[in-house]
Amino acid sequence: MPERAQAVARFGAVSVLALAVFAAVLLAAGKNPLQAYADTFRHALASAYGFSELLVRMTPLLLAAVAVALPSRLGLINVGGEGQLYMGAFAAAAAALCLPGAPAWILLPFALLMGFLGGALWAAIPGLLRAAGLVNETVTTLLLNYVAPLIVGYFVFGPWRTAENSAYPQTAPFPQAALLPTFFGTRVHAGLLIALAALAVYWLVMEKTRWGLDMRAIGGNAEAAQRLGIPVRWWIVAALAIGGGFAGLAGMGEAMGIAGRLRQSLSPGYGFTGFLIAWLAGGRPLVILFMAFLFAIITSAGDTLQISQGLPYAVVNILLATILFVVLARRAR
Amino acid sequence: MTTPLLVALLAGAIVSGTPLLYATLGETLVERAGIVNLGLEGVLLVGASVGFAVTAASGSAWLGLGGAALAGVVVNLLFGWLVVARKANQLASGLTMMFFGFGASALIGARYVGAVIGGLPKWRPSWLADLAWVKATTLFDYDVLVWLAVPVALAVWWTLFRTRWGLGVRAVGENPAAAYASGRDPAVLQYQVLALGGLLGGLAGAELSLSIAMAWSEYMTAGRGFIAIALVIFSKWNPLRAIAGALLFGGAEALELQLEARGSLISPFLLQMSPYLLTILVLLAWGGARRLAAPASLGRTFYGSS
Repeated sequence: MPERAQAVARFGAVSVLALAVFAAVLLAAGKNPLQAYADTFRHALASAYGFSELLVRMTPLLLAAVAVALPSRLGLINVGGEGQLYMGAFAAAAAALCLPGAPAWILLPFALLMGFLGGALWAAIPGLLRAAGLVNETVTTLLLNYVAPLIVGYFVFGPWRTAENSAYPQTAPFPQAALLPTFFGTRVHAGLLIALAALAVYWLVMEKTRWGLDMRAIGGNAEAAQRLGIPVRWWIVAALAIGGGFAGLAGMGEAMGIAGRLRQSLSPGYGFTGFLIAWLAGGRPLVILFMAFLFAIITSAGDTLQISQGLPYAVVNILLATILFVVLARRAR
Repeated sequence: MTTPLLVALLAGAIVSGTPLLYATLGETLVERAGIVNLGLEGVLLVGASVGFAVTAASGSAWLGLGGAALAGVVVNLLFGWLVVARKANQLASGLTMMFFGFGASALIGARYVGAVIGGLPKWRPSWLADLAWVKATTLFDYDVLVWLAVPVALAVWWTLFRTRWGLGVRAVGENPAAAYASGRDPAVLQYQVLALGGLLGGLAGAELSLSIAMAWSEYMTAGRGFIAIALVIFSKWNPLRAIAGALLFGGAEALELQLEARGSLISPFLLQMSPYLLTILVLLAWGGARRLAAPASLGRTFYGSS
């Protein structure tokens, strides 16, 4: 297909341009960009462990992207993935800490449910406010991002703080039964399967079911959908809540699959990155998968910069921003 | 040597409110022209890091202040090129600039972590120095940005609501096609307010690193850019209301510091949440009235008049 070939060529051009700009930045900082790119490639793509770490990073990004993509089909803008992620981790941690003796077959499904509910209820607030015609969901989801980490902060500095090492604000380790299973001796955890399932469900529901048709109809023309008898307000709340639930699962995965406890520094902005992934992908599931993987590679470049170039990890955000900048600048319509 | 809580609180609210006010004024200008800039956090970070780096390298806080303002302008003009010239999505572009600010400030500041600077000079006018309850403390010694904060807010209000240029800016924010038809170029006006907004955002960042913290640390703005975005809504896109809002939100921050210093058992987290929750409550209160003061074309892209 020539169209697809064109898209690939365009993508290649964007990547090369962004990498060149970032190389110039690194050069200006007195670093060797070729070395940095080669190191990143060697660590992230050419070793089994590095590749597994990409999958680890991709997991929350995928879920956070679906959390944005699903409501966006109704024309809703969910900028609140970050907060929903925190609330999911919070609710899942509550499950793990309140049922310390429960076996894994009870605890894991329960924590999964709680993680989903935590994010879903958090996102339902903007959903309800929007459905009631009171406040635009863009503003509320954005503002609630900053409340959720403070709730987590209150608990990890306060009631849930460990006794054994009180210098570090975090909860006690979760019981063994509350840890997500990991695979092949790497940090890749069951959250990846959940994320892929979420993506599949998103695609299936949107493209193959009556519900998806209803939601897309609302996105196309809400007033017409209303007249057709589609319960628009109900769908607005539901779509935001389900999206928030997926972001909540991302938080649950980070707490129960990676850290094994709840910390305040749960996410380096996965929710915001997820927004950008979903937006760049235009909500298309396979493109979301590809973009999430690409962004995982980019963030892993941050590790390389830190370890072998002695630069702060955050510098990688320049590369992230450069790629987005080039794409946004191209997208004039 | 304890100062009364209320005096310390007032002094603290003024200091903490100052960077919020500058950032809010900048964002108010930009939003009045119909643009939402979620990259404000990035502007603050770049302003803070450039201001600190220039000050540490040159030894002059005034040069640092200038550098911060200039850096803010550059970041906002990059954002402006995306959303005005390339007509890109404003939310995605703003988040892009936020990530850019995270990265660029970390890179610029990396060499200056732990550096010691003189900071902006602080003083108090003589009429204030004579007041008995002020005399006992150094709390009311402020730098130039604090003293100028309210006059700048008045100037921004006057410019927006009492000049032809301000009328043009507001017209673009309400209805760019009509502004275009009346002979104004929306793109030019939007670039102008973005430059001004970047200047004010850069100064807000500089106040944080050159005066309040007198140090650079990664992500030192800690969400103040987003508090300012909330504050714009809270103050209904009005620079005068923004003064009161900044004092209130700054007061929450000051109260948190005071309670912490006095060993209070009240959790600081609730206070930190208050700006966001208050803003949502305010939005709710107006939502019922269905009368938002927001510029009508906020967040929409103007594709031309044809």
